[in-house]
Amino acid sequence: MWCRGPRLSTYQCSFKPRKAATTSEKRGGVANAIVGSLCLAFGASLLSFLLGLPIAFALQKEYISRRLAQITRLSLDILWGTPSIVYGAFGFIIMVYLGLRASLLGGIIALTLLMLPIMVRSIDEVIRMTPPELKEASYAMGATRIETTFKVVLRQALPGMITGVLLAFGRGIGDAASILFTTGYTDYIPRSLFDPVASLPLAVFFQVATPIPEVQQRAYASALILLIIVLLISVVSRLLSHRYSRHIIR
Amino acid sequence: MHWRQIKDRLSAKSMILAVAFANSLVLLVGLGLLIKSIPILEKKSLFHLLLSSNWHPLRGEFGFYPFIVGTLEVTAIAMILAVPVCLLSAIYLSEYAHHRLREIARITVDIMAAIPSVIYGLWGVIVVVPFVCLLGKWLNTPTTGYSLLAGGIILAIMASPIIISVSLEVLRTVPIQAREAALALGTTRWEAIKHVVLRNAFHGILSAVILGFARAFGETIAVLMIVGNVPKVPTSVFDPAYPLPALLANNYGEMMSIPLYNSALLLSALILLLVVSAFNMTAHLTLMRVEKR
Repeated sequence: MWCRGPRLSTYQCSFKPRKAATTSEKRGGVANAIVGSLCLAFGASLLSFLLGLPIAFALQKEYISRRLAQITRLSLDILWGTPSIVYGAFGFIIMVYLGLRASLLGGIIALTLLMLPIMVRSIDEVIRMTPPELKEASYAMGATRIETTFKVVLRQALPGMITGVLLAFGRGIGDAASILFTTGYTDYIPRSLFDPVASLPLAVFFQVATPIPEVQQRAYASALILLIIVLLISVVSRLLSHRYSRHIIR
Repeated sequence: MHWRQIKDRLSAKSMILAVAFANSLVLLVGLGLLIKSIPILEKKSLFHLLLSSNWHPLRGEFGFYPFIVGTLEVTAIAMILAVPVCLLSAIYLSEYAHHRLREIARITVDIMAAIPSVIYGLWGVIVVVPFVCLLGKWLNTPTTGYSLLAGGIILAIMASPIIISVSLEVLRTVPIQAREAALALGTTRWEAIKHVVLRNAFHGILSAVILGFARAFGETIAVLMIVGNVPKVPTSVFDPAYPLPALLANNYGEMMSIPLYNSALLLSALILLLVVSAFNMTAHLTLMRVEKR
């Protein structure tokens, strides 16, 4: 890809802020898309973490029966495999139902649907690795379930949780189909949750479809930035989990 | 009751609520799409919609046949290309390769899985499409390159990480003693793999392939960028096609003014959801059984 890739000038204008990158204009950068993508991915990560953590905790055998846990895992796996375009369409239905326009919030909702199963399943996998003896020791000291969960299980699961969150973040920031209808596209950096927002994957998608060579070059630049972000996240998650897993009791 | 106990009870209740939410989400998505696609199902029979190839939304004719055939063909090409390569590499990595090479391959596969689909799409536009165009010229079938074959190649690349990683996991669960027993009977390495390892891992590998199939079936953006998007039943691999996800991505959101069109598109989303979920469910149920063993 890089032989045709971005020229230096493309890099320089990537970070020119504010009114920047109309998909049809010859000048301009993609700062709006970078900021937009980060907003979307952070928002959706936060939301799906807050929703997902209780689900992952509940999958322990203290809370629900093994059978229900298996069923929940299965339905989460099915959700994981669901095409993101379906989430996009469903997110759009929700948005229409709530009376929202294409906006940052709509995008966050659609992305949350996409990221929730990834996050829950990866956190669940590491929680399951917690040695039962550790939990039993905690119960023997008279701790309640929630205290054990937060003080023993959470600490054990922390490195895995970081990996899970980053995995979901990486999936979310690169996904185009789920935000295709829900975020809109704009040249500006969003100021509130109800503003439309640009994003890197959609920037690539729209820019490469134009016949203007300058804009197409911007698509390569956007793709490179997106790729770097995703690879960086992958490397960071590997390093972090390696680093923190030293403190785990096996 | 003590405050600590109250906290425990409350948190347990809310967690169970969260689990209920997670379980209802699949149904909720399905139900939402179903309700929205009822208007078109009332007008026309599902059978007719699936088998008619007249796609004229403005005249109110919605035949999904070309799109369904397009999806199936592009996925089938992807599977034909991907499955042999992926299975052989998984077998090699599991049975022959040095463990360091296996680790490196695992990381590579993880990274491949993490790359966003729009980037695969862009790569397809830059590399695969010209390649297919050249191939077409060489074979005397003029083509723009935006074709079934190009889509299939990209989908094969995108589906391979999941096939390789799942089948590698499955192969690693086959106990080493099984291999040793076979080798002790005087089989060669390949015979041991063929008769013992693959036999043991058959169901798991099958579900790995199914997962790859489901992934390829629902893939949207990359396919949309390179498959050509012409709503006709393709006659050769060099013809453009128009898979269901691409149809949805291209038209949904803009055509809200025509209610029946909107409904038809959501029906296509529902079909997509049902097919992919059915495949995923089979695969995961099988994998759960493999895991238990």
